Amino acid sequence: MTAEKLARTATLGAALPALLLALWWVATADSTDPYVPPLSLIFSTFPETWTAERLQHDVIPSLARLLSGFVLAVVIGVAAGVAVGSFHGLRHTLEPVLEFLRAIPSPVLIPVVILFAGIDDTMKILVIVYGCVWPVLLNTVEGVRAIDSVLTDTSRCYGINRSARLRHLILPGASPHIFAGMRQALSLSIILMVIGEMFAASNGLGFSIVQFQRSFAIPEMWTGIIVLGLVGIALSLLLGLIERRALAWYFGLRRSQRRE
Amino acid sequence: MTSTVSKPPLTDTRPMLDVRGLKKVYGGGRTDPVEAVRDLTFSVAPGELVCIVGPSGAGKTTLLKCIAGLMQPTEGEVVLGAQTVSGPPAGMAVVFQEYGRSLFPWLTVRQNVELPLKEKKLPKARRTELVVKALSAVGLEHVHDSYPWQLSGGMQQRVAIARAVAYEPQVLLMDEPFAAVDAQTRADLEDLVRELWRRLGVTIVFVTHDIDESVYLGQRVIVLSSSPTVVMEDVTVDLPAERDQIGTRSSQRFGELRTRVYSLIQQAKHHHDL
Repeated sequence: MTAEKLARTATLGAALPALLLALWWVATADSTDPYVPPLSLIFSTFPETWTAERLQHDVIPSLARLLSGFVLAVVIGVAAGVAVGSFHGLRHTLEPVLEFLRAIPSPVLIPVVILFAGIDDTMKILVIVYGCVWPVLLNTVEGVRAIDSVLTDTSRCYGINRSARLRHLILPGASPHIFAGMRQALSLSIILMVIGEMFAASNGLGFSIVQFQRSFAIPEMWTGIIVLGLVGIALSLLLGLIERRALAWYFGLRRSQRRE
Repeated sequence: MTSTVSKPPLTDTRPMLDVRGLKKVYGGGRTDPVEAVRDLTFSVAPGELVCIVGPSGAGKTTLLKCIAGLMQPTEGEVVLGAQTVSGPPAGMAVVFQEYGRSLFPWLTVRQNVELPLKEKKLPKARRTELVVKALSAVGLEHVHDSYPWQLSGGMQQRVAIARAVAYEPQVLLMDEPFAAVDAQTRADLEDLVRELWRRLGVTIVFVTHDIDESVYLGQRVIVLSSSPTVVMEDVTVDLPAERDQIGTRSSQRFGELRTRVYSLIQQAKHHHDL
């Protein structure tokens, strides 16, 4: 991509958010409703609310929970997905159970998890893991099953077996699907992090937003929501960056197929 | 020009590849069983280049998969060297028709050729040597770090051939390898196979549906019937070992042989219509 093209993409990408912010600004400029403060007030509250101390006290713990939950979910989801996708029998046995477990919304488990894991970080991480593992697992199963049979035959003919098969055939072959699952899991992980922190916590983004709301610090509450959105954008950009590197071959392959 | 006439394998030499009474029936259970291959027996001597040709749907792919150990025959056996094939044997390399699906798209050309050698636990220096030699043998010394999908179809098939050559197999199986490339590339690749075969002395089993190709390439052409498959005839190709696309294909003997194989195939097609 040329610099000029990149600049144009960036401009286009920034245009809509800028427009929405402008609309928000104009619509709330004369607002006297304490629950919908003017955007200007929210902006001016921002620096005093999100100080370095608060970032350390609330944002860092939130990120730590989110990332531990997400990474654990990916590891478990990929491992289980490879196993389920590789063995017919296992898939047929597990399918009804998986469908049942997947249908249980993760937040509903919070009271249950609190019973045996308490209200500390373990609970919050477990809730994230439980919610995020499904998209990763199911996409991995799909990815493993979608691996080309000619490639599988080729691997067998050339003695690529066991661990080499996993490393050189199954994981890279399923990786486009795995990344699709990870993208879904990432947005879920943010939601579940916030819900977990709203339930029972003494710090974190979800906790602060609820605290602000309960103490009628409405502009502060809004800034918290904005921070949450920014965290989401940053994480999704980061995942996109990793994906573009890891799947460079896949995007190249797709481009070459479109040319034909 | 030498006019070496290939002879059928002598009985006192052990064949490199022996297919004995091969039968493959698909299905059963809930569906009606389909007999794809009825009874195939033939052998290939060490260093031979044998083409297998048959009408479409003649169970060529089934046969090849059984030889490659990717599929268990219902009856009969395939013997490579002295061992019965029960899974993909170590001394066999396969070049598939679908080159685009048989190369690892996430590996570069070099890595694609090298990966099987790593699994053979060859030392690094030896691997590098084999990869460089194989890629230059197929005329691809300049694209080591490209990805397969950046190359044309013909070049991709060359990579697959290089991978097979670097593997140093006793037997090289080729499953309609040039069916999906254009005519000019196809002629080049045919000459490449002849050249590699003569230089490396590897045994090649080349499956094709193209009659001209089978006569041009092979020392023998095994003509299969339509499904359920048996061997119709084993045609010895007594063309000179030095072959070229124009001279050989316009020679009178080539014409006679292709007519012979062609009429056998026609017979094969009508055989089961009766």
